[in-house]
Amino acid sequence: MAVFTAPRPEPVSQTTHWIDHLAYVMLGLIAMVLVVFLAAPLLAILQQALQNKTGQFIWLDNFIEYAKTPVLLESLWNSIWVSGLVALIAVPLAFGFAYALTRSCMPLKALFRGITLIPLLAPSLLSAISLIYWFGNQGVLNSWIQGIGIDQIYGAPGIVLAECFAVFPHALMILVTALSLSDARLYEAAEAMGTSAPRKFFTITLPGAKYGLISAALVTFTLVMTDFGIPKVIGGNFNVLATDVFKLVIGQQDFAKGAVVAILLLLPAVLTFTVDSYLGKRQTAMLTARAIPYRPTPSRRYDIIMTGYCCGIAFLVLAMLGMAVFASFASLWPYNLTPSLRHYTLGLVDAEVGVGFVNSLKMAGGTAVLGTALVFCGAYLLEKTKGLNGLRSLVRVLATLPMAVPGLVLGLGYIFFFNARDNPFNGLYHTLTLLTLCTIVHFYTTGHLTAVTALKSLDGEFESVSASLKVPFFKTFWRVTVPICTPALVDIARYFFINAMTTISAVVFLYSPETKVASIAILNLDEAGEMGAAAAMAVLIGLASTIATLLFMALAWWINQKTQAWRTTSR
Amino acid sequence: MDHDSFLAIRHIRKDFGAFTALQAINLDIRKGEFVCFLGPSGCGKTTLLRIIAGLDVQTSGEVHQNGKDISRLPPALRDYGIVFQSYALFPNLSIADNVSYGLVNRKTPQAEAAKRVAELLKLVGLPGSEKKYPSQLSGGQQQRIALARALATSPGLLLLDEPLSALDALERVRLRQEIRALQQNLGVTTIMVTHDQEEALSVADRIVVMNHGVIEQVGTPMEIYREPASPFVADFVGKVNVIPARVNAGKLRFGALCLPCEGVDRDVKVYLRPEDVLARPIADGDAHVFDATLEKIEFLGSFCHVHVASPALGGHQLMVYLSLNFLSEQSLQIGSTLRLKLLPERIKVF
Repeated sequence: MAVFTAPRPEPVSQTTHWIDHLAYVMLGLIAMVLVVFLAAPLLAILQQALQNKTGQFIWLDNFIEYAKTPVLLESLWNSIWVSGLVALIAVPLAFGFAYALTRSCMPLKALFRGITLIPLLAPSLLSAISLIYWFGNQGVLNSWIQGIGIDQIYGAPGIVLAECFAVFPHALMILVTALSLSDARLYEAAEAMGTSAPRKFFTITLPGAKYGLISAALVTFTLVMTDFGIPKVIGGNFNVLATDVFKLVIGQQDFAKGAVVAILLLLPAVLTFTVDSYLGKRQTAMLTARAIPYRPTPSRRYDIIMTGYCCGIAFLVLAMLGMAVFASFASLWPYNLTPSLRHYTLGLVDAEVGVGFVNSLKMAGGTAVLGTALVFCGAYLLEKTKGLNGLRSLVRVLATLPMAVPGLVLGLGYIFFFNARDNPFNGLYHTLTLLTLCTIVHFYTTGHLTAVTALKSLDGEFESVSASLKVPFFKTFWRVTVPICTPALVDIARYFFINAMTTISAVVFLYSPETKVASIAILNLDEAGEMGAAAAMAVLIGLASTIATLLFMALAWWINQKTQAWRTTSR
Repeated sequence: MDHDSFLAIRHIRKDFGAFTALQAINLDIRKGEFVCFLGPSGCGKTTLLRIIAGLDVQTSGEVHQNGKDISRLPPALRDYGIVFQSYALFPNLSIADNVSYGLVNRKTPQAEAAKRVAELLKLVGLPGSEKKYPSQLSGGQQQRIALARALATSPGLLLLDEPLSALDALERVRLRQEIRALQQNLGVTTIMVTHDQEEALSVADRIVVMNHGVIEQVGTPMEIYREPASPFVADFVGKVNVIPARVNAGKLRFGALCLPCEGVDRDVKVYLRPEDVLARPIADGDAHVFDATLEKIEFLGSFCHVHVASPALGGHQLMVYLSLNFLSEQSLQIGSTLRLKLLPERIKVF
């Protein structure tokens, strides 16, 4: 009989190859970046919120004091109802548009979709500037709004209207995705049973898109709640949380109250994030791999109605954008409308936005290159290497966290953390480097998720095969993983670039006169009463983003051509 | 330790949290042997292969290869080539680059590497496909390339993780014969994980049957089939009839049949393969002959699975193989009676 030795109590662990140590070091570096540039600033906000001016820990006294300040409470209420109203208006409108795109045989779908995505290419406050030109005191249609009983566009009406335009593309993207996930077999079964069209809509379509609708509503609510640019430009005396933070921190230097408001802003975002990730799991579980995508059948009357609806929306979007472009060329609004480049020269030369523009391009370029590298390496190390499980979970959480952190809150955290005198990173404060890093962190999650999706679609055994062939992981990363993932890399870089060009909320706290970026310069021009120049600069940013998008698309096309040989599946 | 053991596996245990995936695994594999790990999904066979490869780490126990303790070595310091079910070919590299992937890293001169690639491609039956990309090949061809890549560095051990499962039935049979021929040709020690008993029976020198994280039996295909060591093995490998029976006073009784059997009195189960019940030749005076009624015929081509019932079996159904010719010759149909004979020496009692 064989002698059986009892299993050793200590689990066997593999000796670590120096190559694996390299992976650990890199993972550690990424964790460090995320801790210093994300976790620490957020903790700094918490710390500020819980202590008084002399640095003593005072529990929730700041929150209680906040609750006793009627002016601030009013802002809270304003933020909530405005955000809710925008969600109620924009989500159904976007749903109709998404429905036309996915469930009808409307012509020119790509064009319609493209038009509604244009607002993403310019700072969101562009719609606020346009609204002022349309309905402001000197606006072309000023009489209209007075006709419907609104006395002026400045304040809640302007914010609601401008935000509807700003959030529309975001809601639309979520809803198009939700409506694309459909199972034609359900509709065929309903058809076979003689179900009426409205009943099909309410029993199949709506339940299927339920999660998308909830998600779109939450995202819209959060975007409006945390947006800074639009209320700043068109809000007038109407206070909301986002403008309060700025006034409290930059104006009154009341860091404690600023931190309290920041935490209030964080709440809906965290809620959205939690509900969204929960729904994301439910949504994919609902759809089986066997589902057959729904294909709309042509129906003349229905398609005409849908086309008409989309034309209406597209017209509104174009009118909004067109007005800003038109006004930016007008010599002296509203008296002399002959086209001139006066506002452009004024903005670029006199107000020195030219410098800001260069800064913007530098920051956007840096964000695109550095951000893509960081995000992709981080996602690779998480997905394709093993070991150090504690650190791995930390990086995973930190990579998804930015989704739940509004830019305004992040920027505020940066002030608290990097402006502290005893911080070794203090030298970074006000530099373009910090602006770039802040923007990377701000938009980290979307890039991370894109990278993870791309990496997950790769065969999980590439790394095992490489190890068996004694090829170090970084070599396989460079020779195989990166080439296969280039489309995703271009996507991530484009996303970073566009957002860095148009972002305001996080960087508004961090610039110095030398590192002012173009989107901030617009705010300052507007504040100085130079609306025309502000419009001109916003149009320029939009133009730069458009050119960048086209270049990225060309790059993607070129890569696709170059790699055609192995991407085709033909035998 | 066994002296001619090339791969020695000692007391391997693997826990995933509270779940024990493998326990008390001891196994010796000789040089040049073709061994199959066979078992249902979740039995731990792939986990054991990955532990041998160093891709998973055992909770306890040791692995020795060629006299060297490799229990704690990372994959890169072990000596093996591996082929996965998913092929795992690098889609952006040409076939030549795929096959020479491990060679390039060893600073093999380019001309030599190219020569080796050509040689390997010829070996796996795809000469001249150097410039193609994986997506231009069929599944079976891709798996042949994966095999060539695994063999390129002449490893001492070849690990195959369900290499044929993703292929269609015809290609599967063809490739398994090729793998066997190649393995015998090169003499490389090979372990193949499979859940397909026919695959294991047809290619292996020895089969390791696993279930619930333990080894049920190790033996040649013939031993596994003819002398199953446990009810699980009898049931998992091949078809078998299971009939409840009783041992009483040195006799095994089931239905009206009675055979000599050792051991204490107890309830047992009789395991009997369909081919061990004969319809002919039966001579007058033969023992263990009984009449049965034909209840169901499952037509499978030249042979039929025929379910019969007999009072002699206490009403239990029995499945036997009968040829189509025999059925028509005797004009047998459902409800007919036929005479059958048991081969008592083939009966297994558990």
